[in-house]
Amino acid sequence: MRLQPSEVEAIYRREAGRVLATLIRLLGDFELAQDARQDAFAVALDRWPRDGLPDNPRAWLVEVGRNKALDQKRRAQVFKDKVLPLEKASTGEATEEGEDADAAFGDDRLRLIFTCCHPALNPEVQVALTLRAVCGLSTEAVARAFLVAEDAMAQRLVRAQRKIREAGIPYEIPEPPLLDERMQSVLAVIYSVFTEGYSVTSGERLISAELCLEAIRLGRLMDALLPQRPDVLGLLALMLLHDARREARLTATGDIVLLEHQDPALWDEQQIEEGLVLVEQALSAPGRVSAYAVQAAIAALHIRAPREGRTDWPQIAALYEVLLRLQPTPVVELNRAVAVSMVDGPEKALPLVDSLAARGGFKDYHLLHVVRADLLRRLDRREEALAAYRAALDSARTDPERRFLERRLAEL
Amino acid sequence: MQYMLLIYQKEAQAADLDKDAMGKVYQEYQALTEDLKKRGQLVSNHGLKPTSMATTIKVRDGKTLTTDGPFVETREQLGGYFVVEAADLDEAIGIAERIPSARWGTVEIRPVWA
Repeated sequence: MRLQPSEVEAIYRREAGRVLATLIRLLGDFELAQDARQDAFAVALDRWPRDGLPDNPRAWLVEVGRNKALDQKRRAQVFKDKVLPLEKASTGEATEEGEDADAAFGDDRLRLIFTCCHPALNPEVQVALTLRAVCGLSTEAVARAFLVAEDAMAQRLVRAQRKIREAGIPYEIPEPPLLDERMQSVLAVIYSVFTEGYSVTSGERLISAELCLEAIRLGRLMDALLPQRPDVLGLLALMLLHDARREARLTATGDIVLLEHQDPALWDEQQIEEGLVLVEQALSAPGRVSAYAVQAAIAALHIRAPREGRTDWPQIAALYEVLLRLQPTPVVELNRAVAVSMVDGPEKALPLVDSLAARGGFKDYHLLHVVRADLLRRLDRREEALAAYRAALDSARTDPERRFLERRLAEL
Repeated sequence: MQYMLLIYQKEAQAADLDKDAMGKVYQEYQALTEDLKKRGQLVSNHGLKPTSMATTIKVRDGKTLTTDGPFVETREQLGGYFVVEAADLDEAIGIAERIPSARWGTVEIRPVWA
C-alpha cells in the first residue's frame, strides 16, 4: 500500500502523543525523546510512501526513534553510563500489539502527564507542556492558545524540559499519599485544556473540538487509573456534558447560540447519558465534595431542562451557593448572580453584579459586561444596557462573541 | 542525584525560642540526620552561625574587597543546609518536608552539578 506524505502526516499526528510518552519512558529523557520522535517521523516520511505502512505504525515509530536516540548517544559518547542500561532494557510492550499494548501506552501517557503537571513547574507551563507533550499539539498551536509569540513559547517549553531533566522531576505515577495532591494539579491542567478548547480565547473559531476531545481522553485515562473518585468522575462528567452540546453551540456560520435557543436534537444523547450517570456517581462517591462534581451537577440540570420542560433554577442557584463556598472566584459569583436573576428577578441580581464590578480586578472581563447588559435589558433600562453591551464588545476576544454582541446591540 | 537543601528562616525567630523548644528542634534535626545516614542518603549537613557573623568578599582587579555582613539582606536568612542523595525530585521533596525549619521557614531544593 503506497502512502501520500499527507497520509503519513495524519498517522503521525494521531500517534505522536503516545509515541513520545513511550520514548520518554524508554529513554528517560524528555528532550532526547522529542528529537527521537522527530527523527522517526523523518524516516517514516521517507520510507512509508515507498515501502508502504508497517503493520503497527506506533511500535515502528517507537522502535526507530529509540534506535536513532541510541545511535546519537553512542556517537556522542557522553552519556556512556546511561546508554548501557538502556541497551539492555527491552522495548517490551512497545513491540507488542493489541489491547495490552494500548494499556501500556496509556500508562506511559499517564506517567508523562504527572511529569508535565509536577508542582515544581509553574502552572502555566504545566498546561503548555501537557498540550505540547501529552496531546501532541505543535509549539505554534500552544503559543496561539497562550497568546504569546511562538519563539517565546518554544523557549518556555525548552526551559521546562530542561528543569524536568536537571532537577530530576520523576517520570512516574506518584505513590498514594502524594498521589492525591498531584491529582489535583493534573485535573486542573486537564480542565484548562478543555476550557481552552471549549472557549478558545482568541481568533475566529470559538470551539476547538480537538482540544475538548483530547481533554476528555485524558479524563478517561485518569478515571481508569483512579476509579470512583469524586473529583475525577466530576471532571469527566462536566467535560462530557459540556462537550455534548458542542454541535448546538454554534450555527453553521459560526455564530453563538445561547443555551435556551439550542436545538436539543443536535446534542449528543449518548454522551449526555454517560455524563448524567457519572454525575450521580461523582456526587455519591465517598470523599470530599468536588467542585467539578458540583459544576457537573449544574450542567446536568441545564441539559435536562428541555426534557422536563423547565429549568430548575432554584436548584441551580443553590448549587452555585455550594460552589462559591468551594471555589470563591469572581466567575462563580457572576454565574450565581445569573441564577439568582432567574429565581428572584434581575433587580435582585444587578446589585450582586455591581458589587462584583466595584471590587475591581474584573475590568476587562467581557462576561461581566455581558451579564450586566443582559440584566439591564431585562429591566428595560435601555440606555444603560446599550452602554454595557458596548463595553462587552470592546473586551470580547473572539469573532463569534463580537458578532453575538453586535446582534444584541442591533436588537435593542 | 544529589540535592542541596538550603534552609532559610528568620534568625530573630530562632533566637526567640526558649531552651526547651530549642532542645526539641535540635533533637529533631539529630534524628533526621541519623535516619538519612542510616539510609546512606546523607552527603553532608551543617547549621550556620547567624549572618551577623558573616563576612563577604569579592575580588576585583586583583584586589580583595571585604565587607561585614551577608551577601544580601533578606527577610529570611540561610541558616543551614543538607546535601542528600535522592532518586528524584519527589524523594528530595520528601526529605525537605522532614526538616523541622520547613514548618516555620523555607527550604530551597537545588540539584547539585554531578
